[in-house]
Amino acid sequence: MTKETERPEPKNPVEDFLRMDRIPHIWCSGCGIGVVVSSFTDALRKSSFDLNKLAIVSGIGCTGRVAGYIKLDSFHSTHGRPIPFATGLKLANPELKVVVFSGDGDIFGIGGNHFIHAARRNMDMVVICVNNFNYAMTGGQVAPTSPTDANLSTAPYGNFEHPFSLPYLADACGASYVARWTCLHIRRVTKSIQEALDKKGFSLIEVIAPCVTLYARRNRLGDGLNLLKYYYDNSVIQHGADTRTLDIGYQGKMIVGKFIDRERPTFLESMNTHMKKALGDKYVPYGEQP
Amino acid sequence: MKKVKADPKGVLTGAHYLDGDFAIAEGALAAGCRFFAGYPITPSTETAERFAERIPFVGGIFIQMEDEIASITALIGAAWGGRKVMTVTSGPGFSLMMENIGLACMMETPLVIANVQRGGPSTGLPTLVGQGDMMQVRWGSHGDYQIIALSPDSPQECFDLTIRAFNLSEIYRVPVFIMADECVGHMHEKVVIPPADQIEVVERKWYDGPKDKYLPYKPDKDLVPFMVKAGDGYRFHTTGLTHDERGYPVINAECQDWNVRHLSDKITKNADKIIKYEEDQIDKADVVVISYGITSRVAYRAVQLARKAGIKVGTLRLITVWPFPEKRIAELAKKVKAFVVPELNLGQIVHEVERCSAGQAPAVLVSHCGGWVHDPEDILKAIKEAAK
Repeated sequence: MTKETERPEPKNPVEDFLRMDRIPHIWCSGCGIGVVVSSFTDALRKSSFDLNKLAIVSGIGCTGRVAGYIKLDSFHSTHGRPIPFATGLKLANPELKVVVFSGDGDIFGIGGNHFIHAARRNMDMVVICVNNFNYAMTGGQVAPTSPTDANLSTAPYGNFEHPFSLPYLADACGASYVARWTCLHIRRVTKSIQEALDKKGFSLIEVIAPCVTLYARRNRLGDGLNLLKYYYDNSVIQHGADTRTLDIGYQGKMIVGKFIDRERPTFLESMNTHMKKALGDKYVPYGEQP
Repeated sequence: MKKVKADPKGVLTGAHYLDGDFAIAEGALAAGCRFFAGYPITPSTETAERFAERIPFVGGIFIQMEDEIASITALIGAAWGGRKVMTVTSGPGFSLMMENIGLACMMETPLVIANVQRGGPSTGLPTLVGQGDMMQVRWGSHGDYQIIALSPDSPQECFDLTIRAFNLSEIYRVPVFIMADECVGHMHEKVVIPPADQIEVVERKWYDGPKDKYLPYKPDKDLVPFMVKAGDGYRFHTTGLTHDERGYPVINAECQDWNVRHLSDKITKNADKIIKYEEDQIDKADVVVISYGITSRVAYRAVQLARKAGIKVGTLRLITVWPFPEKRIAELAKKVKAFVVPELNLGQIVHEVERCSAGQAPAVLVSHCGGWVHDPEDILKAIKEAAK
């Protein structure tokens, strides 16, 4: 028997960004959430951000578990509420950059009201929404993002509702940055996260991701690879596309890309500018970066 | 516990003519509150308006959120961002806050919520008084937990108790509630705000040990864990799931037992330090009137009349409602003929009195559904009956 050569334990480059004492994670094999987490950690690795000034907030659901695995100041809040939680966090400590990492049901179902208002206020935060077209943690129920005609456990004869187009909604509400990708576009997701982290104001990055265990199985769409093949065949990159054209039909074409990248004053900028104008020197400015 | 003098920037020293709602806002500013997230609701709105008017000159945030769910959740985020935080609401808004009050308890987040109570249920009586949320504040969120609730009976006490509410929330890392009512909230009286150096405020229980040793839920000797804020480099995790000392989710019965008992114990085992009440002529009393908020002022008229009629009647006014002064009620139950409990509801705190009295002395409810205060005659009648 030959003596093994001593060599340093191989280290995954994402280890610095994950709570390794909580790995393995709970996600199913073939799930797309981990891919988005990898893109996120990759973006952190490539960015010059002070990680001590970056906080992550999740809600509830499969993607809601992300905050628990990321080694930042991380908050696992209640269902639908990561955006108001992040709003409080950001306003209380303006030097933080706050990322909301949660699912479509969490952010656009139960938490939809908070999304539209945070975008309207241009609250300085990055919202990463993993859209898997269903409520997966509870077993594959119909979601506000489920494509019409898809079969879900609470739409057992097919979904007859019309889903939200997330980028269209974000655009209409005034978001500063809006992009959509699929799990197949890992480098583009990473780049979008980097851009959003550098952007001031409200950003939405939607990432379409396979739910192999529930959505795909129920609709007989095959495994993770089949879904990535579907993304490959049907996603069309159209940067700057008119957000009115971004609806996703059942197994239909998906327009992806960066749709919105604009400058608007953030909530805090608007507050400080307005109050200085209204109150003059008596106003005590809040949270302005030196 | 680190006590400091109030930051003079927030203290409007002097004698003022204020309503209870305004006094709550002034108490918050004096206590160092620099973050207010709220949603308008009668009869509490004036607190938000006052805070919005004052905060630009003090330095801080007022944000009107999209609803009460967002308001309470933003408070939790802002508390973890390092601020002292508050919101104010009334019945319907209070109901909306319930889930995230549980999150605040679970994350052991210091924050203050004032509920200026109106008549319920549902939309009920938006502009008229009620005291129907006294059990909801204790039990409204699901699961087992403990909170602290205080009840002011005057604008002056709205100011004083708001400062105390902030201090208690910092000491015990728990949501503290100011259970006011529409009458106290809209009543104008003299409110004296002392100089800043005469106002004691409690600082957050900041952790200052080595960064890699920080455990967000490891109880200290007083059962309350140390706190840090986001951005300080601890890279901690906190969750609404059942969690261990690290704040990591652990989904089993053993951890649940540790976690939930801890949330309860840190309040119940410190209850003597939290409980405050005001007694009058209680030593030789045959009947003790137990009341809180505006009802204690109405009851006082009935007590005066009863004393004129020769009845030995004492009063106990609850200033801390939760945790409930169990020991004191049990002691008194051995000595008195009966308790009389007037409330602007169909019987809430009276059940606590009954529980603590454990059959030793009856607790007589003088109920009123709200909309107006009691007629003192109704309370007097109950006192007379009870004294027989």
